[in-house]
Amino acid sequence: METYVKTRRHPALPAPSRQTGLIGWMRRNLFSSAGNTITTLVCAAIIALTVPPFFNWAVLDAVWYASDGSLCRAEGAGACWAFVEAKFGQFIYGRYPAEEIWRPNLILLLFFLNLAAVLTPRMPYKGWLAATLLFIFPMFAWGVLHGGKFGLSVVETSDWGGLLLTLVIALSGILASLPLGILLALGRRSKLPVIRTLSVLFIEFWRGVPLVTVLFMASVMLPLFLPEGVTFDLLLRAIIGVALFASAYMAEVVRGGLQAVPSGQYEAAKALGLSYWQMMGLIVLPQALRVVIPGIVNTFIGLFKDTTLVLIIGLFDFLGIIRANFTDANWASPNTAATGYVFAAFVFWMFCFAMSRYSLYMEKQLSQGERR
Amino acid sequence: MRNQAPALIFGIVFGALLVYLFLPGAPSGPARDAQELSKAEQENLAPEAARGGTLRVVRERGELLCGVSQGLPGFSNPDDEGDWRGIDVDVCRAMAAAIFGDASKVRYRALSAKERFTALQAGEIDVLSRNTTWTLTRDTVLGLDFAGVTYYDGQSFMVRRDLKVSSVLELDQATICANTGTTTELNAADYFRTHGLEFEMVVFEKTDEVIAAYDAGRCEAYTTDASGLYAERLKLKNPDEHIILPEVISKEPLGPAVRQGDDRWADIVRWTLYAMIEAEELGVNSANAEQMKKSDNPSIRRLLGVENSYGQNLGLRGDWAFQIITQVGNYGEIFERNVGKNTPLGIPRGLNALWTNGGLMYAMPVR
Repeated sequence: METYVKTRRHPALPAPSRQTGLIGWMRRNLFSSAGNTITTLVCAAIIALTVPPFFNWAVLDAVWYASDGSLCRAEGAGACWAFVEAKFGQFIYGRYPAEEIWRPNLILLLFFLNLAAVLTPRMPYKGWLAATLLFIFPMFAWGVLHGGKFGLSVVETSDWGGLLLTLVIALSGILASLPLGILLALGRRSKLPVIRTLSVLFIEFWRGVPLVTVLFMASVMLPLFLPEGVTFDLLLRAIIGVALFASAYMAEVVRGGLQAVPSGQYEAAKALGLSYWQMMGLIVLPQALRVVIPGIVNTFIGLFKDTTLVLIIGLFDFLGIIRANFTDANWASPNTAATGYVFAAFVFWMFCFAMSRYSLYMEKQLSQGERR
Repeated sequence: MRNQAPALIFGIVFGALLVYLFLPGAPSGPARDAQELSKAEQENLAPEAARGGTLRVVRERGELLCGVSQGLPGFSNPDDEGDWRGIDVDVCRAMAAAIFGDASKVRYRALSAKERFTALQAGEIDVLSRNTTWTLTRDTVLGLDFAGVTYYDGQSFMVRRDLKVSSVLELDQATICANTGTTTELNAADYFRTHGLEFEMVVFEKTDEVIAAYDAGRCEAYTTDASGLYAERLKLKNPDEHIILPEVISKEPLGPAVRQGDDRWADIVRWTLYAMIEAEELGVNSANAEQMKKSDNPSIRRLLGVENSYGQNLGLRGDWAFQIITQVGNYGEIFERNVGKNTPLGIPRGLNALWTNGGLMYAMPVR
């Protein structure tokens, strides 16, 4: 009787071709069941119906260079990128004088340097850098952007516009709303009745009125209450309105975080003999804020997009100035408005996406301790 | 003690900035301009300024605050450089030319339709030049004072050229697109009913929807104010295939307004307007104004301030009209530059022609 004993391992055969490579991947992920197959086909049909026409419009048929809108008006013309090109400076800086453009550029550069320094984990003197960003930087930025002293010519805020204005309003709102929101959240959970009542009133009032109303009140009603001839800066009014509005939302986000910190943490802090501010600053807030990073960034992104509402009080933010330029008869065409909106959407998306990625990064950094 | 260095730096910078921001600034442009007025001019002005409050405020500020729209093609819209252009804008530039001798001394405030009247009442602007229709209600209870008409607008109809229609009266059984809830809807319905025509109304909330529906052929005619029709026509796929019918079925006289109660200021706006119309009538334009100073025609000599300085009666400089015409132009130039035949809008003069050409533009004599 002969036995067959295999002396060598059989070499591993490649997996059946239907289960590897592109086909295998598609079988596993796109056509694994009847339901999935239908979904895949429907989605493919939607993509095939929408993407090629959009690509044709945005790239192939687009008008890239033109000195006025006549080419964009021609039959079969696609996106009118020449419009964005001709107005680009205006979209970014509004009517800020061309020879003074270095001022907003400098401020933006310094802002992002300062911000990067604050956002970098384990930066030396981080607290002082944050304080600089919160207190020194806004004053410095105002001094440089508005000018009027030390040889800088005055640039009235009514000449600020475009992306510059959007960033000024959104960043002022963001910078002001986080500390204000934290204070309000602490106030709302305070045991002191007066502080608690005031915080609750403030939060509920500002959360209860629409931002449009706030801006409209600031722009239309306020001047009627002030003595005649006394006006104060429209942009300042808008920034204050946006900041107060956002801080009410921020307060509720932060309060959610405070409630998530177990009471044992408070008790332990007290048992160590920490004062109220030490307890909050060293034990409670670092844990509370970490929990609500998604909520905070969510509020920031909402605030950033809400700045477009300032158009109703006659400030031309990024979207506002794009829309105002739709009325330039030289560029009027069936494609001008669509092109402008696509451009605006893309720029807004870039900023919001950057914020959201940073928040994901921070969440991962800060939750190291919990992932073991 | 190494931790005190950043605190010290922070404190010093913070303090320095506080001082910097609250330090009184150097005198800015406007104040200096007031000082630069010649002594003779100032003496001449003194009694006028005392009576005309707004003029004095404007002179001291050194610039005119002008309320315009947030964008209306041909009336006030930003150009490629971001400067405001349009008929309404040119009215303000003409006023600045008359007051300061410099048409660029205007600061524009873009106003929505809702806030325009409050902004004027609250003194945030000196003049409202924002395609505003002159009506009795606005002239009385809203506390405005209209200074004249810069553009006679009115509701009209746009149809496809291949419909071969030349009058609204031929639009029997037509479907008409309009904005919902506006007077245009009512006006059109009234007009069709009084002329015994059958019609069907298709209304939309937003102008973009109306124009899209019209372009897609859902209706035969689109109705709104004529200036709007010319602007919206540019957004159609083939603008040349559409015509605007000659009938104007409503009255929308657009003009600049000021606060009630400052008659001298209203006079300045009114006569700025008249000076531009009068100049067109007399054949004076921005190119030939300098030569026209030598003209024998007494009307031209009076207008340009060669004989009798009528500007001073207004509290302005003697060459006020000359400055308006050389820096901004006469009414015809302004019309043609902003909305006329050679612009994309291509609006014919129509009612806005001079009275001598069958229009309504008629200036009171400067004398």
